[in-house]
Amino acid sequence: MNPSTKRDPAAERSRLRLIVVRVLVFSLFATLFARLYYLQVVSGDSYRQAAASQSLREVVVQPQRGLIVDDQGRPLVANRTAWVVSVDRTLLGRLSERDRKILLRRLANAVRTPLKQIKEDLVTCGERGSVRGRCWNGSPYQPVPVATGVRQAEALRILEQPEDYPGVLAQQQSVRAYPRPYGVNLADVIGYLSPITAGELNKARKDHDTSVNGASTVGRAGIEEEYDRYLRGRPGYQKVAVDSMGRVLGNEGEVKGHPGDTLVTSIDARVQSVTEKALHDAITTARATYDPVTHRNYSADSGAAIVLEAKTGRVVAMASQPTYNPGEWVGGISREQLARLYSPQAGDPLLARAYQGQFAPGSTWKPFMTVGAFNNGMGPSTMLDCSSGFQVGNRLFHNYESASYGMISFAQALQVSCDTFFYRVGYYFWQKYGQDPTDVHAHDPLVSEAKAFGFGRPTGIDVPGESAGRIADRAWKLAYWKSMKGYYCGIDKHPPAGTSSYLKLFAHEFCLEGNYYRAGDAVNFVIGQGDTLVTPLQLARAYAALANGGTLYEPRIAKAIVSPSGQVIKRIRPKVQGHVTDPAHAISYVDNALLGTAKVGTMAWKMGGFPLDQIHIRSKTGSAEVYGKQSTSWVASYDDNYVVLMMVTQGGTGSGTSGPFVRRIWEALYGVHGMQVDTRKALIPGVVEPAALPAFQPDGSILPPRPRTTGSQP
Amino acid sequence: MTGRTRMLRTPGIDRVLMLAVIGLLVLGTLLVWSATSHRNDLTGGDPTAYLRRQLVNVCIGLVLMVVVMATDHRWVRIVAPLVYLASIAGLVLVLTMGTTINGSRSWIDVGGISVQPSEFAKLAVVIGMALLVAERHEGRRTGIGAVDVIGMLLIAGIPASLIILQPDLGTLLVLGATVFGALAVAGAPRRWLALLLAGGLVGAGVVLAGHLLKPYQIDRFLAFTNPNLDPRGAGYNTEQARIAVGNGGVFGQGLFHGSQTRAGFVPEQHTDFIFTVAGEELGLVGAGVLIALLALVIWRALAISALSTDVFGRVAAAGIACWFGFQAFQNIGMCLGIMPVTGVPLPFVSYGGSSMFAGLLAIGLLQNIHLRATASLPTRYARPVREGHLVGR
Repeated sequence: MNPSTKRDPAAERSRLRLIVVRVLVFSLFATLFARLYYLQVVSGDSYRQAAASQSLREVVVQPQRGLIVDDQGRPLVANRTAWVVSVDRTLLGRLSERDRKILLRRLANAVRTPLKQIKEDLVTCGERGSVRGRCWNGSPYQPVPVATGVRQAEALRILEQPEDYPGVLAQQQSVRAYPRPYGVNLADVIGYLSPITAGELNKARKDHDTSVNGASTVGRAGIEEEYDRYLRGRPGYQKVAVDSMGRVLGNEGEVKGHPGDTLVTSIDARVQSVTEKALHDAITTARATYDPVTHRNYSADSGAAIVLEAKTGRVVAMASQPTYNPGEWVGGISREQLARLYSPQAGDPLLARAYQGQFAPGSTWKPFMTVGAFNNGMGPSTMLDCSSGFQVGNRLFHNYESASYGMISFAQALQVSCDTFFYRVGYYFWQKYGQDPTDVHAHDPLVSEAKAFGFGRPTGIDVPGESAGRIADRAWKLAYWKSMKGYYCGIDKHPPAGTSSYLKLFAHEFCLEGNYYRAGDAVNFVIGQGDTLVTPLQLARAYAALANGGTLYEPRIAKAIVSPSGQVIKRIRPKVQGHVTDPAHAISYVDNALLGTAKVGTMAWKMGGFPLDQIHIRSKTGSAEVYGKQSTSWVASYDDNYVVLMMVTQGGTGSGTSGPFVRRIWEALYGVHGMQVDTRKALIPGVVEPAALPAFQPDGSILPPRPRTTGSQP
Repeated sequence: MTGRTRMLRTPGIDRVLMLAVIGLLVLGTLLVWSATSHRNDLTGGDPTAYLRRQLVNVCIGLVLMVVVMATDHRWVRIVAPLVYLASIAGLVLVLTMGTTINGSRSWIDVGGISVQPSEFAKLAVVIGMALLVAERHEGRRTGIGAVDVIGMLLIAGIPASLIILQPDLGTLLVLGATVFGALAVAGAPRRWLALLLAGGLVGAGVVLAGHLLKPYQIDRFLAFTNPNLDPRGAGYNTEQARIAVGNGGVFGQGLFHGSQTRAGFVPEQHTDFIFTVAGEELGLVGAGVLIALLALVIWRALAISALSTDVFGRVAAAGIACWFGFQAFQNIGMCLGIMPVTGVPLPFVSYGGSSMFAGLLAIGLLQNIHLRATASLPTRYARPVREGHLVGR
């Protein structure tokens, strides 16, 4: 074999052409190497300079916070877009001192913000001159927002004249909006947002929590705080390359964020609206009413109203007064606004009276004492004297609320709210078990019953900052004496000049035997006076237990968490906190007795003409005495579906001040007009809340759920 | 069989080619690792994610290479038409299914793995053309005529037109260079080659003059000459690539230490712009070695073409050499700002399965041709042997 190329013209041609191809290929590669040499060696310096002047800017794309909607899907809290102007500090640092001053002054004018404030905003927290609450605790590479809610025209001016505003950015950002369906306020239920603190940020970083960053705002108070981790969503990050002049060169990658989840609540905007209005009207009416005891109008300085679902413990409406506008917090709150919100002069509006306020329950306490008495030997046949006064030791206790009725039963005593009747109940048990005033461990069936109904501890509602209330039992009295003994014994020994004789006497007695739990304490306890305090929510929850046969729920505002695409992520059900044991069937006895309050008892004068035969309202009024103040007005009422409770401090009698407005809520709940009950006109279609959630459509609209068809009749 | 005779009979694989390819694979894998280790947006937090995936690609590719190497050359010819048809089918599939997948039309998903059929099409065209010439002229001493040229152009034309439809300009250019090289080495008449060259130029002119491309597309294509033509897109890319390479200097900033690479300024840095990682982190020395290794591969491919005793081997090896040569030039030239930005990978270096497999299959084929050419040698092949030496024996 001899594949001679000489005699194969094709192969010979190939050989020649291969040489040409080689030459071509190697000239191409030589070109590449020459170019490489040129770039890296000949002009390497200029490229190294270019490399050094480039920087990356991280732009955080804040996620849209989740919506909060009511049971019918009406948005209670939504979002709107606002223009935010921010400053890139890296670029600001490259300007000369003089240019920087000019720029900041120009910017302050453009966004109508004080220059000093902008300067404070730009300081990193912890650096010299940083102002707490104003300083920046976000990423050093991230532009610092200096003005939120800037007018569009002003933002556009900055965008259109970048040469006048080097390093200044104007962007649209989503901020909280409050659509206020039916005019609801709901501030103490919703809560508000404020910028993340350095501590929270550090903790999040330690936990590798990427859902927040230095520019995040997080929920404070209310369900905004409680469900923050669902509502906040996840921020996106964009890396942008900028040259030394701050001109954006290009996009360097993006991590997409996603919006927060929607929170469905059991609040019904219509019921809430009626409840808020009723509370407001109760207070204004009280303020126009003359108080015959103090000889001036009621000051009615605060109040609360609550509507719960009796069978589930869900919160349908909850209002507190005084309150604030949650919109005040959007885009940062001014120091003056904040001072007002915290001031006692303005009535401390940040204190949510409904679950943070603590008040003496007064006569609304008596039903629970009745259950306690029944479960410890008393019963339907017990008859006690409802006299005009009751002597305990050297002190005469008056019958504040009612006239004297002679020998009556528990049912009648509840309906007419006879104090002396209940004094006798309390005195009986004190005598039976607790005659030794220093015995902290003496058995007290009435205190036990109060604890069984959930008083003295938080209800576990899904908002932070709830108060626990207090049961003034022997243990509490001892603890209080121990903590205050030093102070009062000091006054007793060396009374400062100008001490009143009353205080001298009090300090002396307190110093000696302030820990003694006497018969007087026991009789005060049984009528809800003295040092026992409850939150309106605790009381409403305990009345719900009377309505549903003794189940104590942890009230819930949230019903479900729904993803932005409309999938239900989590359903939130009221938790059962406990059951009231009731061997004597006292609850049904009390339930029956409280039916009479509206017919023949303390509520009768305010319930005339109400269709009580169709809507079986049980109720209890209370007028709690507060030392040095006007009395607190209470009305607690319920039927099989709802608990409606109202309270006005320094508001007068229970039925007199709160009665008409509790009635108004009931009328609205059932569609009552005069004697007519038209459930089609009820606030919630189907009277009670639907079991289903609102329907979240793919296009973003929210449809109300189908009303419940059964159980709509009272 | 004595040890000495076995040594004599050991078929020669081209060791220089083998070592050069392995050198490229090692270097390429390191560069991919360096380009992705800090890119959490790509890797999802695992710095070695792309390293491990690329190692898998390399291993599969090496297995494919060995399989082709070990296959009898007659089988290679029998399987060749099937490879060609399969790649045509793949391209058709991309065009039909690709439209339904997010606008990306060069990729198809096969059981979770993305396959880029146009990479295999280059290999298929080379084999197809070589086969056609071989079938018509093997053993005969007739020149290549018009029928052969038209036949070869048809073989290349079908996948080329499918690639135009994607459209994938980079692959089309590479294919054009490959076809031209294969035709030239096959011995096509000079006037035909001139005609093709002229036809290509006229075609480009028609596209430009006839406004078949939108102005922004032309700008994007020409952005390498002036970055301001497309400052946010291709212009930005080439500018960043140039800065990264220029930042490398003579010795580079060290592997994993390139500031521009760390900051992620260069887009697509683990695939199309992988050379900029070499440029910045390994400098003139390292990037020069990379270019030299590629040149070595092409030099060996051309040598194998010259060495080949049959028409098939000669044309196929030359086609592969032109393919690698032009693609490497196109890719590195793009990173250095002397070629337009088109998305072609750097053979054996860029991250990606399809191009790795196609490249190593081609190396396998080269070794197969080399084995066949040296099998009949009386002595063990030790250094490049020209055909002339054989004649002398």
